[in-house]
Amino acid sequence: MTSSSIAIPAGMPQYDDVPRFDVAAVRADFPILDREVNGHPLVYLDSANTSHKPRQVLDVLTEHYARHNANVSRSVHTLGTEATEAYEGARAKIAAFLNAPSVDEVVFTKNSTEAINVVAYAFSNASLRADADERFRLGPGDEIVISEMEHHSNIVPWQLLAERTGATLRWFPVTDGGRLDESGLDDLVTERTKIVSLVHTSNILGTVNATARITERVRQVGALLLLDCSQSVPHQPIDVVDLDADFIVFTGHKMCGPTGIGVLWGRGELLAAMPPVMGGGSMIETVTMARTTFAAPPARFEAGTPPIAEAVALGAAVDYLTGVGMRAIQWHEKELTAYALDALATVPGLRIFGPSVPVGRGGTISFALGDVHPHDVGQVLDSLGVQVRVGHHCAKPVCARFGVPAMTRASFYLYTTTAEIDALVAGLDQVRKVFA
Amino acid sequence: MHPDSLYQEIILDHYRHPHGRGLRDATDPAARVGEAHHVNPTCGDEITVRVATDGTVFTDISYDGMGCSISQASASILHELLRGRAAGDAAVVHEAFVELMSGRGQVTPDEDVLGDGVAFAGVARYPARVKCALLSWMAFKDAAARAGVGVSPEVKA
Repeated sequence: MTSSSIAIPAGMPQYDDVPRFDVAAVRADFPILDREVNGHPLVYLDSANTSHKPRQVLDVLTEHYARHNANVSRSVHTLGTEATEAYEGARAKIAAFLNAPSVDEVVFTKNSTEAINVVAYAFSNASLRADADERFRLGPGDEIVISEMEHHSNIVPWQLLAERTGATLRWFPVTDGGRLDESGLDDLVTERTKIVSLVHTSNILGTVNATARITERVRQVGALLLLDCSQSVPHQPIDVVDLDADFIVFTGHKMCGPTGIGVLWGRGELLAAMPPVMGGGSMIETVTMARTTFAAPPARFEAGTPPIAEAVALGAAVDYLTGVGMRAIQWHEKELTAYALDALATVPGLRIFGPSVPVGRGGTISFALGDVHPHDVGQVLDSLGVQVRVGHHCAKPVCARFGVPAMTRASFYLYTTTAEIDALVAGLDQVRKVFA
Repeated sequence: MHPDSLYQEIILDHYRHPHGRGLRDATDPAARVGEAHHVNPTCGDEITVRVATDGTVFTDISYDGMGCSISQASASILHELLRGRAAGDAAVVHEAFVELMSGRGQVTPDEDVLGDGVAFAGVARYPARVKCALLSWMAFKDAAARAGVGVSPEVKA
């Protein structure tokens, strides 16, 4: 500790107690980080879009197909048993990762989008049946609340649901600083509200939403709360008991897992009250030509052969992240974010959208560089090996809120280094030269 | 790939100083006018192209929009190349430009036909940017059709 540091009283957590990991060793686990792009070392700053996969996950994926391939939940033979154990084992790993009270609360989906649609269509189907659970029945006069900060996947399913049921869609605005504007909370979330569906960490502004006040209000009015945790589960410890939501959704490919696998976590009691959404094999109890009765969750919501190898590999990703330590990953990204915000502030003409301090925000930073179009920014950066995302980031209302058609976004993960942020800043100088 | 192959000086010139930008009413009240608004859903770029024609010649091509250097420069060059042209001539130029952009960098452009449009040869090597370059040209085709003038066969890209 340097002499300029403030001494922390004995017995309190000390500076050295911050959990750490060896970033170079982690990078060595990711084969793709060795490659070059356009003659430059790869600088991958697009992990909010999709993360890379460590060898440990790739090996499990290959091993599953090479050694244990069979369909799940329907075979008595050895391979079928092994595949089923691996698939259900992955579910158990994910349940433990989330501190879910029961393994049966983890429903595998294709991605977050599908997970949100499962909940939205359960509302839709319940609304058609007079004997369905009242909490899922929607009609004219009922309200659905989202925010202006959502990814399109947490807007469109609710717009469609509102159209089908006659319910009204309302939303929280976003402040100039890129935070959720909760000032109208009591007027927005009322006895008419049936569900509030909010992003936990914004994929475009990086904002991490504090949900406690909203949760309290949701409980007060008897509504349900869904949190889109696509950008938080990969980056910080998530404890669903602590978080106190009713549903959370996230996707595997943003957390070192493969594409094609995501998760809907829901309170067991609520999942049990939800009607099925997709019909088919695996989700039934018994079928006659006249009618069908349905399996209990999670099977009720997993019609058809699921993405088995992908689920197993997501289990391996959870093992990998747990091995590194989610608290350590969160801290690493916090340091990177502080470094990046400082570094980007030195670039002339650069405007950051979203929180400008590394508090209540994650390692996803969107910005404008003067009036250079983000496509042009991204193209010049790509020529230097720097991979950023440009465009509306599937969050057009956020772009509209800040008066721009598109943004450039850099996003970090456990394998990101400060040297990569330096490469971004150097690249932005190059962009300015081209478009001077 | 080096961005110089993409960002030719000609393209940057048209981007910085666009020609014929801004939507204009037809000067001749008898002119047939057609307009089309196109959006690139992947990036949110938008353009509106308006054509005025006496039935044989495009007397004016005006446009407005927002987008990247490639899409904006492309609109400027479209205006330069096709305004004042007979529909048949315009169709030839339009087809040549679409062919160039669909050629994945394998097509050698004819400067006599495409003028400053030859600068876009490099863009064809960037599949993610071809849509940017074609945005105004596709809007022009629709606008011309609405004014009753067909200009080009379907895009094969």
